[in-house]
Amino acid sequence: MKTKVYINGISSISAQTEASVFVETPLVYMEAIFPAVPLDYKEYIPVKSLRRLSKALKMGISGALMALKEGGEVVPDAIITGTGQGCKQDTERFLEALLDQDEELLSPTAFIHSTHNTIGGQIALYLQNKAYNITYSQNSASLEWALLDAQMQLHSDVDAKNILVGGIDEISKTITGFMKFDHQLKAESISNIDLLNSNTAGTITSEGAHFFNLSSVPNISSYAQLIDVSIKPFLSSEELKEAIIDFLNTNNISVAAIDVVMLGKNGDVNYDIFYDRLENDLFKETQQLAYKHLVGEYDTVSGYALWLACKIIKNQSIPKFLKINKKNPSEINYILLYNQYLGENHSFILLKKY
Amino acid sequence: MNKGIAVTGMGIISSIGRNQEETYKALISGKNGLSFIENFTTKHTELPAGEVKITNKELLASLKINPTQPYTRVSLLGIIAAKEAITNAQLSKEELSNCGFISGTSVGGMDATEKYYSDFENGVNTQFIKAQHPGFTTNQIANYLDIKGKIATISTACSSAANAIMLGCRMIESGKLKRVIVGGSDALTKFTLNGFNSLMILSNQPCKPFDDDRKGLNLGEGAAYLVLEADDIIGNKKVLGRVKGYGNANDSFHQTASSPEGEGAYLAMKKALKSAGLDHDQIDYIHAHGTATRNNDLSESTAIHRVFGNKLPEFSSTKGYTGHTLAAAGGIQAVMNLLMLENQEVFPNLNFEHSMKETGFYPVIIKKQKNLNYILSNSFGFGGNCTSLIFGKDED
Repeated sequence: MKTKVYINGISSISAQTEASVFVETPLVYMEAIFPAVPLDYKEYIPVKSLRRLSKALKMGISGALMALKEGGEVVPDAIITGTGQGCKQDTERFLEALLDQDEELLSPTAFIHSTHNTIGGQIALYLQNKAYNITYSQNSASLEWALLDAQMQLHSDVDAKNILVGGIDEISKTITGFMKFDHQLKAESISNIDLLNSNTAGTITSEGAHFFNLSSVPNISSYAQLIDVSIKPFLSSEELKEAIIDFLNTNNISVAAIDVVMLGKNGDVNYDIFYDRLENDLFKETQQLAYKHLVGEYDTVSGYALWLACKIIKNQSIPKFLKINKKNPSEINYILLYNQYLGENHSFILLKKY
Repeated sequence: MNKGIAVTGMGIISSIGRNQEETYKALISGKNGLSFIENFTTKHTELPAGEVKITNKELLASLKINPTQPYTRVSLLGIIAAKEAITNAQLSKEELSNCGFISGTSVGGMDATEKYYSDFENGVNTQFIKAQHPGFTTNQIANYLDIKGKIATISTACSSAANAIMLGCRMIESGKLKRVIVGGSDALTKFTLNGFNSLMILSNQPCKPFDDDRKGLNLGEGAAYLVLEADDIIGNKKVLGRVKGYGNANDSFHQTASSPEGEGAYLAMKKALKSAGLDHDQIDYIHAHGTATRNNDLSESTAIHRVFGNKLPEFSSTKGYTGHTLAAAGGIQAVMNLLMLENQEVFPNLNFEHSMKETGFYPVIIKKQKNLNYILSNSFGFGGNCTSLIFGKDED
């Protein structure tokens, strides 16, 4: 029998706090690009290093330490990160210096922090961890690839017991701003809360870091069991239904057994059709949730969905701001997450109550 | 011993050749691909680089791609190499429909971003905005070649392609894929050229890996891919060689520099040997990362010494031919390894004169025939990412 995979520690840094979604009311943003809620990074990173670090590195290192702490301070046997767009702030800083200074007198600091694997590398450095370390950058399936890799290792490598997985993406002034010019972002100003009713093209974007301490051994803080992850690079909305049924069949679970489905709707009228069809067909009788109206769209935002799903399945309660229909399941045993961006990199994640 | 994963096809493009045949000819004739940069304007006209002397315009025309489509150089080089690999493995359209594609790249479409950076806000060339990101590049190569299985991009700087090969093997071993194209692609850009230059690790002479007087690396560009297939679907197909083992570890020392004791490299090599089920004295040759920086070559030599002790196998670095092709390097080395296994000969380390004082190591400096069963191939990158792969002949 295959080793089971448990999620023992989790962390989230995003444009919402835990309280704003679970206790109070969500934070409201009127801009198409909005930042993560500031965190006191000094708690995790020495002040003298903080100044040199981009947002991705601050969020990444802090998020990793938070999830590890919660999961019981284990030493990870692998550190696997996903980032769709990498260290944009340092990339932008070096690129603009090179263009402005016409290739002269450049400082290497931003360059050395510009590669996509800087986050995973810096986490290893902070933890003094020499284990397996890899970074996926597959657009909106970057975190999913990291999860898939971790799952394969826990299944096949007897020496791998605890794996730290994280998804990180940051906003940067110019490069994130480019998303307005190719209409990935909405032209009109809307409140994030109204995102899902916008009926126009484009979406809103933000940043965040989400870490998960995966283990083959459950402990008292375990949130859920990660049953499976699947990624399909190209699917039409017709093929999607079949792909989901296949995925559930592979895991011997019926559509009816899914208590909650979390959809990556982002208010883009051209691409939300993928979700609309599921809402009205396959998951008509299922409690449906959405989350991008809270934290925006970005390549590793499914980390936020997975973090929410962990909380929901452990607490057995769903914040009302997430619900897009009313089914009120009496018990939450299985949660399915589905996400895509611009019709590519479709991903499915299946969680079970522990 | 582990049987390993079968390689049934391969493709390569770099400054020394546009395909396997040209690459092999250059390697046995000791001909390097270094020149000065012509494909984009830069102030650094004095730095030798392994530039592929084909412009994007020519690549687009040869692939019959409309130039308004956002194909960046990494995609174009990637398509050339992956296409050769597909032809080599004789993959049908149907076989490609469930074939995986795992590609490594560091810069993705940075060449376009740096060129059009100030255009975008004026609504010009905006189709290239998304093309900056590595995953876009990979999907574009897959789309062009009709590869429809699982698609992943790995971005671990200079170890990206080696990690892609490792992941491909693991996907086949776990049963998640039966067939997968693995490797990497990276292009020369102003961004990387100036980045490495600002670190003061570029040599203004052809690089001298493992030489006591080495002055730094030369950058290069290129792409290389292998087709990996599970044994139960190979049929009568010719097996070019096997990936016998792999190891990945983090040096956890510094963002860009390697530790003096080469801990990450040491661990990666040890893990690769373990995963292949081989003893260190079964390795016939080491294809070193050997970038010719002061730091890498000493650190890597120290790590090699720690693994092999006084039984040092023959070794060389081929960076003197192609320059350091960054994320593609592990793929380019992989194709060269299979060429070495096929021809039972070792390609030399160019420009070597004096052994390093600290080690006294002598790499292979002239092409030589050699009985080769197992090759250990190293790829190390920024972020402490170290990966070692072991290649072997196909044995029944």
